Amino acid sequence: MARMKFLCDADRCIECNACVTACKNENEVPWGINRRRVVTINDGKPGERSVSMACMHCTDAPCQAVCPTKAIYTTDDGVVLHSKDLCIGCGYCFYACPFGAPQYPQVSNFGSRGKMDKCTYCAGGPELDGSKEEYEKYGANRLAEGKLPLCAEMCSTKSLLAGDGDEVADIYKERVAKRGYGSGAWGWMTAYRETIES
Amino acid sequence: MTKLLSRIRVSVGVSAPLARVLLFGVVVACLVVVPPAGAQQRGAETAVNPTASSVKEQQLLREMRIISGRGSIPDVKSYNIEQPAGREWRQFHEITLHWLGTIAILGMLGLLVLFYLIRGMVRLEHGRSWRTIVRFNAFERLVHWMTATCFVALALSGLNITFGKELLMPLVGEETFATWSQWAKYAHDYLSFPFTLGVATILLMWVAWNIPTRLDVEWLQQGGGLVGGKHPPAQRFNAGQKMIYWIVIIGGASAAASGYLLMFPFYLTDIAGMQLAQMTHGVVAVLFVAAMLAHVYIGTIGMEGAFEAMWNGTVDFNWAKQHHSAWFEQESAKAQASAPEGNMAPAE
Repeated sequence: MARMKFLCDADRCIECNACVTACKNENEVPWGINRRRVVTINDGKPGERSVSMACMHCTDAPCQAVCPTKAIYTTDDGVVLHSKDLCIGCGYCFYACPFGAPQYPQVSNFGSRGKMDKCTYCAGGPELDGSKEEYEKYGANRLAEGKLPLCAEMCSTKSLLAGDGDEVADIYKERVAKRGYGSGAWGWMTAYRETIES
Repeated sequence: MTKLLSRIRVSVGVSAPLARVLLFGVVVACLVVVPPAGAQQRGAETAVNPTASSVKEQQLLREMRIISGRGSIPDVKSYNIEQPAGREWRQFHEITLHWLGTIAILGMLGLLVLFYLIRGMVRLEHGRSWRTIVRFNAFERLVHWMTATCFVALALSGLNITFGKELLMPLVGEETFATWSQWAKYAHDYLSFPFTLGVATILLMWVAWNIPTRLDVEWLQQGGGLVGGKHPPAQRFNAGQKMIYWIVIIGGASAAASGYLLMFPFYLTDIAGMQLAQMTHGVVAVLFVAAMLAHVYIGTIGMEGAFEAMWNGTVDFNWAKQHHSAWFEQESAKAQASAPEGNMAPAE
């Protein structure tokens, strides 16, 4: 069984935001919500790096642990999914998430949050794979079709990698060995308690 | 060099353009004569390893708790790319708060049961006199019960968020639990307003009788009549009631302040502030619930004749003499002072 992970090679990311756009389009992500975003650190200074970040689908996911209604679960592929039927919009997953992945539509008064929305690794939700209900609530289920998340699939510089953790780690290691440098797999230590030696 | 510059400064007075030309010449000359020492070395490094000068994740995490940068969407929260502190908050919420809440609430219940078994209900020593004195007027009782009702609803819906998935969800199933939790959350949000109003009114309404005095020290030294057989004198509120009063004021204020921060997320604070607000809210809430259990105990089964004070608004003379002798004397004196006029026989 594969253990799905994302890996963003920050030395290749050119901050084109195609991953963000691809995600929004493929999953019909609601207005005001971005499941994936690109953040540039030290923007405009020497050594700036851009990193594309969404849900990292953590091992022993903190969001899952703190959810008061157990709306968040981890699949056999290591993908962290959630049920919008069980979510009450308390916002705790956002406090626990190390990567700021959970998003909430603003509904009604005060800061009242609607049902949480986040990256599904293009793997839908608890509904029947490929069903209309699943698509309307969570977007595409590419994984069930044997495809990888679209953000990584259409990354123009192949900075963003998706797939089995060991495989993407091998690809990254090979790159680092060939080009002689690498700034590391961003977020891996926090998400998976492991890093890729480079 | 200094001489040259001073000469330029002097010449500024004479001819500004000329001075600028001279200054430019000097700067260029300096650059040509003394090239920056590290320039060539840096160039060489860049050609080999672009990450040598780049930002590094682990280094950034050592230096700061949150890595953030520039994003291109309106949601500024999304500019934070990594905050491992979320794991610490999770530890607090799932482990620390569970233990603290369990110990505080079950511990208090255990103490109360134990106390009841040992001490039993505090009886009226001389029975009832069947004459009553007003202790709380209608407005005071209205405010008390409004605040109390809100408190019970807030406590249950709040405890549900922390303990519901372990205690209630296995009994009712996840879908029923989610529906109930959604409504409980709405109740928690909306009832916070009358609760806050109630606490604010309680503050203003009773503050005059809740300033600690020397009598309270004596009352506490004599065990307040709960422990030991003595009945130390007390004003309208004894030291124990004053403590409950200040717990309500301070607990209510901090629960409200942290609660409104959570209710209006990210309006005033960032992610670290939200985590802190939740931690404050959780700790204050479970301690508050534990304290209120003691309050409910002493106001009901813990003491004969206490509940009617807040229910009917009146207490028996003997109750007042036994528990609040100083207050009873004052009230009696006031009644006597006004009585002669009221009972004066008509002149004719």
